[in-house]
Amino acid sequence: MQYFIQQLINGLTLGSIYGLIAIGYTMVYGIIGMINFAHGDIFMIGAFTALIVFLILSAIFYSVPVVVALLIMMVVAMIMTSLYNWTIEKVAYRPLRGSFRLAPLITAIGMSIALSNFVQVTQGPRNKPIPPLVTDVYNVYGISISLKQIVIAVVTIVLLTLFWYLVNKTSLGRAQRACEQDRKMAALLGVDVDRTISITFIMGASLAAVAGTLFLMYYGVVAFSDGFVPGVKAFTAAVLGGIGSIPGAVLGGLLIGLIESLWSAYFSIDYKDVAAFSILAIVLIFLPSGLLGRPEVEKV
Amino acid sequence: MTGQTPLLAVEKVETFYGNIRALNGVDVSVNQGEIVALIGANGAGKSTLMMTICGAPHARAGRITFDGTDITAMPTHEIARLRIAQSPEGRRIFPRMSVRENLQMGASLDNMQYFDQDVEKVFALFPRLKERIDQRGGTLSGGEQQMLSIGRALMARPKLLLLDEPSLGLAPLIVKQIFDAIRELNRTEGLTVFLVEQNAFGALKLAHRGYVMVNGAVTMSGSGRDLLANPEVRAAYLEGGRH
Repeated sequence: MQYFIQQLINGLTLGSIYGLIAIGYTMVYGIIGMINFAHGDIFMIGAFTALIVFLILSAIFYSVPVVVALLIMMVVAMIMTSLYNWTIEKVAYRPLRGSFRLAPLITAIGMSIALSNFVQVTQGPRNKPIPPLVTDVYNVYGISISLKQIVIAVVTIVLLTLFWYLVNKTSLGRAQRACEQDRKMAALLGVDVDRTISITFIMGASLAAVAGTLFLMYYGVVAFSDGFVPGVKAFTAAVLGGIGSIPGAVLGGLLIGLIESLWSAYFSIDYKDVAAFSILAIVLIFLPSGLLGRPEVEKV
Repeated sequence: MTGQTPLLAVEKVETFYGNIRALNGVDVSVNQGEIVALIGANGAGKSTLMMTICGAPHARAGRITFDGTDITAMPTHEIARLRIAQSPEGRRIFPRMSVRENLQMGASLDNMQYFDQDVEKVFALFPRLKERIDQRGGTLSGGEQQMLSIGRALMARPKLLLLDEPSLGLAPLIVKQIFDAIRELNRTEGLTVFLVEQNAFGALKLAHRGYVMVNGAVTMSGSGRDLLANPEVRAAYLEGGRH
């Protein structure tokens, strides 16, 4: 039982990171109907930015409180990834918006390769470690919970609450949802659709940057290729939860995290990815639009 | 109305879908405070003209001016910000937003400043919407969606209201209610209305002036009363039942 709960906690931690990345996939899909395959690499760039900021901070100051350091890492990473994602949308996706559906998809894969190679060339191909930032581990009834995990949980919850408020209660969020449901009508009501799409990319990138910072803090290491696997997992999470649905992305992320850690704990760690993707396949057979996705047909 | 510059002037406008010409040199003008009706058969280009005025799609030739501003090539959202509000063909209600949110989308030009007072006016016109305030747009009946679509356009405090088939799919009683509402808004607030209708009889009775459109071009124009009396119009659009 203790072992199970332990794995549950590990799974939820991992799942939070996937969930934060998955929101970026699902929002972009919701608003322009494309899969932004470069999103995983945006996450990786977020982690790298956090690493560089950490190195700069520790070079300048003798010691910085961990909370302050993490906060600065996160904010700078958010700004950097936002710039990247905003530019990518403007340069690579917007000119293709009216073209056939495969064109932006292929471009996104190209952007993904370009970004990871860019980081490989500029930062080197090796794993980049940082010293452990947060080391405390608490023991509760035989279950060990690390402070890192608590930080991840708290940051995720705070961020998701803010984000939920932004999407559901502000005029910006309303404009976003309007563009998602009927772009032409939104424009007829005075919504600047291009600007709204740009903001969506910026929001997705910011969440990915936070996920990247948390990833770096949790594992203490990042490499140029780290965008790919978490990216694919988060994409799987978005599809599992129902692509286009924001609560679905979070739910899917948590589920993928749980499946991975429980499978590794009880079966074989080598097959954890197989398990995650198999569950996806099985769910999609019975619920083609994902767990919380909406069916395609709507009453007119 | 001579000597006055019209609020909306459409001059020799041509619109294409791909290579297919949908509008073939259309001239239409709407003066401040007028109700103008555009009638014509299915596929004549009426809705295309409505959308072209809003820049979606843009006219490929000709000129559209609104309130002295050339809006021919202006982006759609900027045209909307000049206070041209449209209740478009197919109603285009946001299906996964509540009635309230749909109305809020209309009011977002003023950052919701006048939402509370304007929403009361819309409810006074369409009390049904008040009952449905928290229901999702997609679950409304066709008539309710039509009311919501018009209400949403009114929330934008329009200088020019474009209505595309406001009577489509509605029970005769509700059609009358909507036409009465338009007449009332025009009389009390001087609202300028340009409407497209299949229901030629009702529209021409309501309108000060009317245009008849055939195959992407305006073939006739005149006062509503004259067009109603015109034998050609009667034969083509009115005989065989006053819908």
